[in-house]
Amino acid sequence: MLEIKNLHATVDGKEILKGLDLHIRAGEVHAIMGPNGSGKSTLSYVLAGREGYEVTEGSVTYKGKNLLDLDPEERAGEGIFLAFQYPVEIPGVASTTFLKHALNAVLRYRGQEELDAMEFVKMLRAKTAALGIADDMLKRPVNVGYSGGEKKRNEMLQMAVLEPTLAVLDETDSGLDIDALKVVADGVNSLRAPDRSMLVITHYQRLLDYIVPDHVHVLAGGRIVRSGGKELALELEKTGYAEFAGAAA
Amino acid sequence: MAVTFETAEQVRETTEQKYKYGFVTEIEEDRAPKGLSEEIIHFISAKKHEPEWLLEWRLKAYAHWQKMPEPKWAMVSFPPIDYQDAFYYSAPKSQADGPQSLDDVDPQLLETYKKLGIPLEEQKILAGVAVDAVFDSVSVATTFKGELEKVGVIFCPISEAVRDHPELVRKYLGSVVPYADNKHACLNSAVFTDGSFVYIPKGVRCPMELSTYFRINAQNTGQFERTLIIADEGSYVSYLEGCTAPQRDENQLHAAVVELIALDDAEIKYSTVQNWYPGDENGKGGIYNFVTKRGACRGRNSKISWTQVETGSAITWKYPSCILQGDNSVGEFYSVAITNNAQQADTGTKMIHLGKNTRSRIISKGISAGRAQQTYRGLVRISPKAKGARNYTQCDSLLIGDKCGAHTVPYIESRNRSAKVEHEATTSKISEDQLFYCRQRGLGEEEAVALIVNGFCREVLQELPMEFAVEAQKLVGISLEGSVG
Repeated sequence: MLEIKNLHATVDGKEILKGLDLHIRAGEVHAIMGPNGSGKSTLSYVLAGREGYEVTEGSVTYKGKNLLDLDPEERAGEGIFLAFQYPVEIPGVASTTFLKHALNAVLRYRGQEELDAMEFVKMLRAKTAALGIADDMLKRPVNVGYSGGEKKRNEMLQMAVLEPTLAVLDETDSGLDIDALKVVADGVNSLRAPDRSMLVITHYQRLLDYIVPDHVHVLAGGRIVRSGGKELALELEKTGYAEFAGAAA
Repeated sequence: MAVTFETAEQVRETTEQKYKYGFVTEIEEDRAPKGLSEEIIHFISAKKHEPEWLLEWRLKAYAHWQKMPEPKWAMVSFPPIDYQDAFYYSAPKSQADGPQSLDDVDPQLLETYKKLGIPLEEQKILAGVAVDAVFDSVSVATTFKGELEKVGVIFCPISEAVRDHPELVRKYLGSVVPYADNKHACLNSAVFTDGSFVYIPKGVRCPMELSTYFRINAQNTGQFERTLIIADEGSYVSYLEGCTAPQRDENQLHAAVVELIALDDAEIKYSTVQNWYPGDENGKGGIYNFVTKRGACRGRNSKISWTQVETGSAITWKYPSCILQGDNSVGEFYSVAITNNAQQADTGTKMIHLGKNTRSRIISKGISAGRAQQTYRGLVRISPKAKGARNYTQCDSLLIGDKCGAHTVPYIESRNRSAKVEHEATTSKISEDQLFYCRQRGLGEEEAVALIVNGFCREVLQELPMEFAVEAQKLVGISLEGSVG
């Protein structure tokens, strides 16, 4: 599904990713852990196609396509979803409006019929009920005045509506208390499906108590330095990232 | 710069000779010769079969106009206007001159109509295509007229009102915008040829939104439009002007005047969507829109509310204002102005508080893209007698790209200690974060910008009547096409 080979990427001329390899198959949940500055967020932005994140070497293939050739919106259309660490505020645009535009843009890209207002509302009701989101939140402008937990819940809702095939969660746990963390994890778990892969990027192990990954990777110095099963996360919890510090060199 | 008219050549040939021998009012000619003179004004007045008092008013305006300097304080620049190189009267354009079908119309224009979702029949009118006399809107207009007559509402071309309701026109024309107000309004007073007249009788709530679109004879929007709306005691009217479709006009200079009068407990809501041709990307060929709009809240508890969405024209010079004379009267100004490419706009409002407990509210949203320059210019004046007056002003500017400019010039004069005046202003840019967030969710760059800008303007757009608001939202997106990337 997603095949990353020898990926090198620079930001402002500085090389952050230095030969990263990663292979994710359909339906798998992978966790990437690593110390601050190891390139975790850079990886998520490179996958989503953010401007300023320049790939200098290597390849990223997604469902057989060269992902690096595509614009961010085309990647979204292909089914890549990035849950942001810091969701962005869009004043004056109600969440519902935003979701409708986004969904129809994605459906258009996929050559599917757009939803009319009635169909959309019906679909949205079902999704919000499943995630325990109040209607009131949807009427408010996107992320404006949302609490940390609401912002993350809104990301989960967007994910549920857009039905991606690869969801990248960039430090979704940052800034969340334990209750909010559970809500987010429940949201993610309810979206697990045989045709949907997930890449969970996190600094702490605790998120992985709730979202149990199939594979865990340690990212340090811009490369995957160790891979293993879910038990690797527990091990890291005890030992920390100190032993990988040298990998940055 | 020459003020051009498409039939210029043809007209010059037919009229120059007559002009040489002294042009007089009796000539049965459909076009006046080029240039501005007392004779031309006699000619216009005679064509319209106007009473003596109106001709005299026009002539006084003309005499004054000649001595008047051009307003220079706005932050706009353009070459001097050669007023003598223009035509000031022409009969409605013959249908034979226009395109005969939509196939003859600029495909780019049609593409825009399509994006706005404008029905085919309306497209024809907008593009100036000859349409059959039995056109839907004519019968619609007739039906409307009947319904309006039932409640006593007068809605007609101003020239008709001069003939049929001279007492009303004479009483109110120029009473809010005197002919000597400014050079552009003065020119309008001397040569105006068309526009709307509305009178809402006491206690009547106008049963429908009045729109220039449905006014009979509305197909040729005048270069010097004059609109006069009077809301008698306890009445209400909502008036819509303009349309979202790009309107082309061969007349480069537009100097309209709009006067509103609200008596005791009356309310006027005036909404404009202005989308005159902005010219090419260097502004060449675009309309100069120099408009004077002013409303007088003469009566107690009266209210005048201006809502404008300004996206067109090469240059916009426009300050819809309210004179709050009556105690407890309310003035509102909601504005969205979008300038792209080489467009220039200097727009804002004046709220003149004269009566006690008068209140005003100003919400201005300016969006600049390309190399455009935009200025919000607003005056809030509290006179010594305006006890308890209140004003709230909010001016937000949004910049797209790094070659455009936004300027805010608020003037506040308060001569009463009990008055409360608030002013808030912000300037922001569409952030790269916002764009990326939207694109990650599947929105193309232009759709993302349109969405973000619509959010920015929401407070103003929601003031528009429903059907207008939907079109205006689309227009916001279309106006900014090509401004990113």
